Amino acid sequence: MEELVEVIAKNIVDQPKKVETALRNDDGVIVIELSVADDDMGKVIGKQGRIARAIRKVVKASATKEGKKVELKIK
Amino acid sequence: MKKKLYKAKSVNEAIKKGLKDMDIDRNQAEINIIEQGNKGFLGLIGKKKAEIEIIVEDDPVTKGKDFLENLFSKTNIDVDIEVKEAETNQEQVVYDLHSPDLGIVIGRRGETLDALQYLTSLVVNKNTEQYYRIIIDAEGYRDRREKTLERLAHKLAQKAVKKGRKVVLEPMPPHERRIIHITLKKDSRVKSYSEGEEPFRKVMIETID
Repeated sequence: MEELVEVIAKNIVDQPKKVETALRNDDGVIVIELSVADDDMGKVIGKQGRIARAIRKVVKASATKEGKKVELKIK
Repeated sequence: MKKKLYKAKSVNEAIKKGLKDMDIDRNQAEINIIEQGNKGFLGLIGKKKAEIEIIVEDDPVTKGKDFLENLFSKTNIDVDIEVKEAETNQEQVVYDLHSPDLGIVIGRRGETLDALQYLTSLVVNKNTEQYYRIIIDAEGYRDRREKTLERLAHKLAQKAVKKGRKVVLEPMPPHERRIIHITLKKDSRVKSYSEGEEPFRKVMIETID
C-alpha cells in the first residue's frame, strides 16, 4: 500500500529521491505517512488540498479492494 | 525521458550520429553541447572531440500509460489500459480502463476515476510546454453518466417548474455540473447556476419568471 503512495508521489514531485513513506498500525487502521522535500509539499497537497484528496481517493480504492482501512498523512 | 551522450569530430557530426542512433528527427530532441571540440593545431596539438547530449521526452500517451500501469501494479486491482487512438490527438489523450473490479476503479459517482484522471494529467503535463487534456474512462462509464445526468437535469427542471421553486442538486464535480448547465441551456423555462465551494459545489435550478 505504501508503494502505491510512493509511485504517485515520485511521479509528481521534483525531487523523487526525497520521497519517503512510513507505515504504522493504529488500532486496525493502516496509517501511511508520506514525506517529501520541503519545496515539493505544494506538489503533493495542491490548491485547497486537491492533489492530496486525489491521492487519498486512489489509496482508498486500493484499500477497499483489500478490505483494509487506510489513512494517508502528509508531513 | 531518455538522455544520451555522443562524441564525434565536430558538433554537427555528433548530432547527426546521435539522431541516427536514437532514430529521431532534429525537432523531437533537445540538444545540449557539452564540448565544442577542437581540431587542434595542425590537427595534432590540443585536439579534442566534440561532445553533445540528446534529450528526448517521452510522448504523452506513453507517459500516462506507464504511470497508470505502474500505479495499478502496486494494487490488487487488475486493470487493462486501452489508449483510445481515435479520440487521442495533439491536444488530448483518452484512456479506457477495463477491469473485473470496475466499480472500485470508478468509485462513488466516478470519484476514483476523476482522481486517477487528475493525477495522470499532473504526471503527463509535468515539465512540458504543451498542455495535454487527459481523459480517463472506464468501459464507457463517462458516456453513460452523461446520459444519466441529462435525464436528471430534465426531470429536476420539470420539478422546479411544477413546484415553482428552486431545486438544489447534490454536490458534483465541475464536468458533471457542466453537463447539467449545458442540458438546461435549451430549456427556456429554467436557469441553472452553481453555488458553494469545491468539492461541495452544487447546481441550483430555478424557474425564470
